[in-house]
Amino acid sequence: MTGTGGALFAAVFLACAVEAVEAVTIVLAAGTARDWKSAGYGVGAGLAVLAVITAALGPAVTAIPLGALRLVVGGLLLIFGLQWLRKAVLRASGHKDLHDEEAIFARELAAAKAAESQGRFAVPDWYAFTLSFKGVVLEGLEVIFIVLTFGANAHDVPLASLAAVIAVVLVVLLGLAIKAPLAKVPENTMKFVVGVMLTSFGVFWGAEGADAHWPGSDAALLVVVPCVALYALAMVAVMRRSAPKPAAPSPELIAEGV
Amino acid sequence: MNTLIKRLKDFGAFWYDFVVGDDWRVAIVVLVALAATFGLSKTSVAAWWLMPAAVAVIFPLSLWRARRR
Repeated sequence: MTGTGGALFAAVFLACAVEAVEAVTIVLAAGTARDWKSAGYGVGAGLAVLAVITAALGPAVTAIPLGALRLVVGGLLLIFGLQWLRKAVLRASGHKDLHDEEAIFARELAAAKAAESQGRFAVPDWYAFTLSFKGVVLEGLEVIFIVLTFGANAHDVPLASLAAVIAVVLVVLLGLAIKAPLAKVPENTMKFVVGVMLTSFGVFWGAEGADAHWPGSDAALLVVVPCVALYALAMVAVMRRSAPKPAAPSPELIAEGV
Repeated sequence: MNTLIKRLKDFGAFWYDFVVGDDWRVAIVVLVALAATFGLSKTSVAAWWLMPAAVAVIFPLSLWRARRR
């Protein structure tokens, strides 16, 4: 695997793992509070919808000429990446609450317990079905977007797909094993890293798609990624000075080394 | 009919939120920077630095706006 291939694998793996953690939290809440069978149907239906979307979008994306693809996808990745990075910096600097899977699980659990039970079609509990379905489809859409854009741009959809499959399978197995929210996963740090990767790839491919030539060609990416990371960390340091709480950084991010 | 329009609006709002998010200025700056890079690449001046420069400017501004909200 080349340096760029390694960066591609790492970016897709981390991004998909984060999305999978969020989807697993929702499905676990639906299954625990309501009905595992209906939640399972929801997962199955969600995966079927995602398969149809992938089958429709996959060939279309890979058929676009590389220059145009890099321009469009680079721009989209950059907009998308800056969103992630902004939230990650706000969280790391104390301006936004850390993403807490335990709190989200508790909230979803309470809402699921309060909702009325109603069966529809062959589904015993419609609430559990729709909750799981929405969680899988919404988080899965982001996984598809990341795999197709990264894979097509790097001319390596198989590597991007492999990274996504490994990430999702690992997270699902972990979720099934402990049947509890994956609170130990360093999700906030992972989101920070994913924001850095999406932004870096967006800058690199966007400029290439707009006919710019990077000094050192693909090797420039190995400079862009650390530069974006350092810039984001500098922003965290600056923003911490005006944090609403005492300027102490979050324990999770200290423990995770960010 | 109203239900259809509402669903279409919801669909559009979902994709707007998915792609653009809560700061449309970032999207505008990225589009302008891509166009400027393309324009500069047709001259004898190097164009690669424009995208990183655009990010270096818009990112702190976007953070500043989010912090004030």
